[in-house]
Amino acid sequence: MGSERGMSEGTKLKSIEEAVSRIQPGSRIMVGGFGLAGYPEGLVEALVASGIRDLTIISNDLGSPGIGLGKLLTNGQIRGLIGNYYNWNPEVAKAYSDGKIQVTLVPQGTFAEAIRAAGVGIPAFYTATGVGTELAQGKELKEFNGRTYVLERAIHADVALIKAHKADHLGNLTYYKTGRNFNPLMAMAATLTIAEVDEIVPTGSLDPEVIVTPHMFVHIITRRERG
Amino acid sequence: MTLPISEEQAKERIARRIARHFLEQGRKLVINLGVGIPTMVANYIRGGNIFIQAENGILGVGPLAEGDKIDRQLINAGRQPVTETPGCSYFDSATSFGMIRGGHVDATVIGAFEVDEEGNIANWIIPNGKQLGVGGAMDLVSGAKQVIVGMQHTTKDGTSKLVKGCRLPVTGFGEVDLVVTELGVFAFEARRLVLKEIAPEISLEAITAITAARFQVSPGLQPMALS
Repeated sequence: MGSERGMSEGTKLKSIEEAVSRIQPGSRIMVGGFGLAGYPEGLVEALVASGIRDLTIISNDLGSPGIGLGKLLTNGQIRGLIGNYYNWNPEVAKAYSDGKIQVTLVPQGTFAEAIRAAGVGIPAFYTATGVGTELAQGKELKEFNGRTYVLERAIHADVALIKAHKADHLGNLTYYKTGRNFNPLMAMAATLTIAEVDEIVPTGSLDPEVIVTPHMFVHIITRRERG
Repeated sequence: MTLPISEEQAKERIARRIARHFLEQGRKLVINLGVGIPTMVANYIRGGNIFIQAENGILGVGPLAEGDKIDRQLINAGRQPVTETPGCSYFDSATSFGMIRGGHVDATVIGAFEVDEEGNIANWIIPNGKQLGVGGAMDLVSGAKQVIVGMQHTTKDGTSKLVKGCRLPVTGFGEVDLVVTELGVFAFEARRLVLKEIAPEISLEAITAITAARFQVSPGLQPMALS
């Protein structure tokens, strides 16, 4: 039985539909990606097909109108957004102006660090980014060494939908070029992490030096070819 | 006032002048280029001393990718397909902004709607209900060692973009070090705006008349270095 470990027994590999069936209405969902690089296309399509509603989507952007994560908005599944750049999808500003969704804008570096913080047990941190601007309004300020910093809180999620390049059956992950972006951070910041990958390889075949996300952060892996 | 150079020529001039600013330092530099005119700076950088970092997780951005070189998983922060340079590396978004916030990036070149007499910059949003995004602008202006604004001197209707005080929502306060327009090079020295170089088509009287911000003229005022 020992030689079977990492193969059929103990694999985290599930179908995309099975993985998405674990997501509840009203969930806070992190989705990896920057534009269309490194976003879990198959999982997002399945989420759209599921029709699950009242979602809070935590992501860098929301794709373009009707493309990628943009489909969730077109489909009326989104209640709130936490992220940093929605100018690629003008439907976001319109839905916000019409009062249909809530939007929390966070500077991109603060957004990345807030997700990292959530994953590593740091509830909040100080940064100079945004001090004095609209995005720091109402937040606590503190001076260190003569410079003013703003307190930013960690960002957690119920579910992270991430995209990686290769996975073994344990769930160790590698990434591909600028498709890495927020994915390794989100893997650590959610209660349930689902990774969509290009390729599944036998456990033990990934060079331990190239594994970016250790398997302990990954609960389910799904497979879809890279487009 | 109509200048005897086109908009395209103006943009090219700005990009060339900023590239020259880096090349004449004659040392290894890591720079980050924003969208628009700043991205064009890469076209005029020669030699292996200047490394371009993009905040979506790459150090060593090469020229734009064309034809079969296009890989949708390899993009810059403006979502353009790019190529790798020798020695290129990839990293997650928290590490990327750690490079920026940690003061490891020598300069950011960024566009702007307005720069004012105090070195404040407004470049993230025009509050017209059609935009909703901040991207990495706040992180970049507060974190990079040097903030270089590359922008046309006026808006399309001839309004000065160098203003007395920013009216649009500010991205960062007192962060700008250098402003390069098609009409001149301005530096903030001891928090005062100083004209260092002036374009050949314009007189000192004319640039003063067209510029809403008050500025001092450097005792060593030079013709704008065009090459």
